[in-house]
Amino acid sequence: MINLDINGQKVETDAEPDTPLLWVLRDHLSMTGTKYGCGKALCGACTVHVDGNPTRSCVLPLAAVASSKITTIEAVGESKIGKAVQDAWIAEDVPQCGYCQSGQIMSASALLASNSKPTDADIDAAMAGNVCRCATYVRIRSAIKRASGSLA
Amino acid sequence: MSAAERDAVIQASRRDILKGGGALTVAMWLPTGGARANDADVKKAGAFAPNAFVRIDKDSTVTVLSKHTEMGQGAYTGLATIVAEELDADWSQIRVEGAPADAKLYNNFAFGPFQGTGGSTAISNSYDQLKTAGATARALLVTAAANRWQVPASEITIASGVVQHKSGKSARFGELVADAAKLPVPTDVKPKDPSTYNRIGKSAPRVDSRAKSTGKAIFTQDFKLPGMLTAVVVHPPRFGGKVKSFDASKAKQVKGVKAVVSFETPARSGVAVVATDFWSAKKGRDALSVEWDESSAFKQSSDELLKQYRELTQKPGDIARKEGDVETAFASAARTFEATYEFPYLAHAAMEPMNCVAKIGQGSCEIWNGEQFQTADQMAIAKLLGIAPKDVKINQLYAGGSFGRRANPLSDYLVETVAIAKAMGTTDPVKLVWTREDDMRAGYYRPMYVHWMKAGVDAQGKLIAWQHRIVGQSITAGTLFASKDPIDFTSVEGAKNLPYHVPNLQVELHTTKPQVPVLWWRSVGSTHTAFATECFLDDIARATKQDPYALRRSLLEKHPRHVGVLDLVAEKSGWKKKRAADEVYGLALHESFNSVVGQVVKLKKTPNGPKLVSVVCAVDCGIAVNPNIVAMQMESGIGYGLSAALTGAVTFKEGRVEQGNFDDYPVLRINEMPAVETHIVPSKNKPTGVGEPGTPVIAPALANALALIDGKPVRSLPLSSAGVRLA
Repeated sequence: MINLDINGQKVETDAEPDTPLLWVLRDHLSMTGTKYGCGKALCGACTVHVDGNPTRSCVLPLAAVASSKITTIEAVGESKIGKAVQDAWIAEDVPQCGYCQSGQIMSASALLASNSKPTDADIDAAMAGNVCRCATYVRIRSAIKRASGSLA
Repeated sequence: MSAAERDAVIQASRRDILKGGGALTVAMWLPTGGARANDADVKKAGAFAPNAFVRIDKDSTVTVLSKHTEMGQGAYTGLATIVAEELDADWSQIRVEGAPADAKLYNNFAFGPFQGTGGSTAISNSYDQLKTAGATARALLVTAAANRWQVPASEITIASGVVQHKSGKSARFGELVADAAKLPVPTDVKPKDPSTYNRIGKSAPRVDSRAKSTGKAIFTQDFKLPGMLTAVVVHPPRFGGKVKSFDASKAKQVKGVKAVVSFETPARSGVAVVATDFWSAKKGRDALSVEWDESSAFKQSSDELLKQYRELTQKPGDIARKEGDVETAFASAARTFEATYEFPYLAHAAMEPMNCVAKIGQGSCEIWNGEQFQTADQMAIAKLLGIAPKDVKINQLYAGGSFGRRANPLSDYLVETVAIAKAMGTTDPVKLVWTREDDMRAGYYRPMYVHWMKAGVDAQGKLIAWQHRIVGQSITAGTLFASKDPIDFTSVEGAKNLPYHVPNLQVELHTTKPQVPVLWWRSVGSTHTAFATECFLDDIARATKQDPYALRRSLLEKHPRHVGVLDLVAEKSGWKKKRAADEVYGLALHESFNSVVGQVVKLKKTPNGPKLVSVVCAVDCGIAVNPNIVAMQMESGIGYGLSAALTGAVTFKEGRVEQGNFDDYPVLRINEMPAVETHIVPSKNKPTGVGEPGTPVIAPALANALALIDGKPVRSLPLSSAGVRLA
């Protein structure tokens, strides 16, 4: 059994220690908001916060995060920044298919936590690891700026 | 499904789909009793379902049943907009649910007696149907209120979901559903005149934004059933390879692995490791060793195919369109031009890799899937199990993108899931999960094409002859969409119907048959024909020193919609204004799925190469039901088309796919996305497609701008293969 701190809750899992955090969340803890897209940290769909840092959970073995605080899309809205980002995503109608958007929102929340007034270049740099095949990028930029404005 | 209906499906060729169908259309089915929307649920809840598309609950929630999948294109929101308009419902009371599979109730009118989503038809084929469905529900609510209040129905109005009478009486929908449900369903309702619309044409927010911004939307990947097992597969390394033998001893030692089974479907052969969860199944798969029989497998390389295709461009093909006499015209031309264009195979690479959940019952099967091709999938699964198609129950979930991939005439990944579940020999539900690499390498690509073009102009630079020869695979050959015509329309669409008036015009096709599985890919034939036609026309414009806008304008007398779009995109982009010294504009115009799209790409010259600054887009899609969704689809189409133009290519080496993930099949990222502005041509015509038509225009618009920078025309895609990189 490995103990985890996920979204402020202590949880226990019997998953094998080499299981990536993504699959622990999805298959063992039934938290399916975090998505599988590539399995190689290339697309960002699986992004979660590990001790506040945006992290690709698809390549992160369970054993490596046993002592970390993990936040997922299911609880990011409990923080002021996460809520502002989700509200902005809805206001700008960012999602199309929506599959990548959990990861986008986790990356955007982490960006705003470290940089409250990101420029277009800051946004591009922070968000370039998150692929969206529907190419909702124009609205992602707008939503991040809207969230930034609402937090000011 | 009866034999006659099945035959009708088989006859419903892709051509009918592209033309908007009509021949096999069945009337809207408005049951007066019995099988209304989700009948059992309706009765239990005391709700009201006047037809198969609308359900109103006691709490006044209006649920629209969508016969079309929501894969990002905004179908749920657009369809709900039509119903809300006719019902005068408040947007906050609207919900959307995926309809069950039922070819009779929920067929796509553009496809015949066949339920499916594709060809950018969700709104266009549902428009009249949902107007009637909404108007019918409205009429019943009005009658129920009139009866209750003892006033004439003509004095009753509905606004924002409140039924009202001038006496001051009012009721929410939910208060009337019990009475309305007892009334006979009228068959003579008159839907609204478009001039009275107060919701259609305005931008209601998407119905799925909240669920998709909070991680709550359920995709197939997220769907779970008690006792469900996860299957991870190994596919043959080459198309057409078969499992000769496999050694599962190590795989079976992996904790969580329950079974290892081989399968054989019309699409492919393979071995599945079935486990309690994905990671266990994947570890099991990695421990598996499989020996393949590759005696009849595909072993060619992309270079060989390209050489063969290039040779074919020098030989006459089957005639798709012939007007006048190109040979005579070329002989009399003052100048002639020739160009060859080359296009690679492309993967759809939807964010959600293909997956499916299946549970086999006694003489039945239940499916959970981001379902795009219900009727074909029911037939294919039924055939595998030896049951009736009606006994294949399909539950529609959100699809994490598709771009055509989930509309597979062989139902490849669904049948694979059922074959694995069947091989298990249990009733345990099975979820098939493909890895990104499985998804990238399992085939069903946009085919590779080579185009050869020749044009002639007279002494004044006027186009007098145009010859266009296309070489590539047929998407519909061997499928239930195959036509008897040797010309597969999907291979020549966008070229055959060239809108520009050229008196001598010939379009030809060579259909090749390499063993590579191919499929429609967002905008289908237009993905390559738009590039070839629009780039070649710009080549001629440059050579004859004509303005690309003016040249197009001069050739479009018979196409007022094209002119409207061309003029709008020229106006909004400032085409006629002087460019800055470091700026170039590229233009392209193309019709697909009955909509016309024009785009102007603005490039800035920088020390690091050309920078794609912005795209101005104009579209004529008839009545824009939800302009916000139209704009989103233009942005999305531009991004998807740009991704392919910049870096998209699937290549083969001795039959093996050389790409596997987003490292070797790069896709567009946010730093490569230009600003996009979309302008919609005002229209009173019925809605036409928007999911695909934005896609094919961006690559030629970009190429036409790039050609102005160094004078070198772009003749093959992706740009990365020619060493072209944007700043």
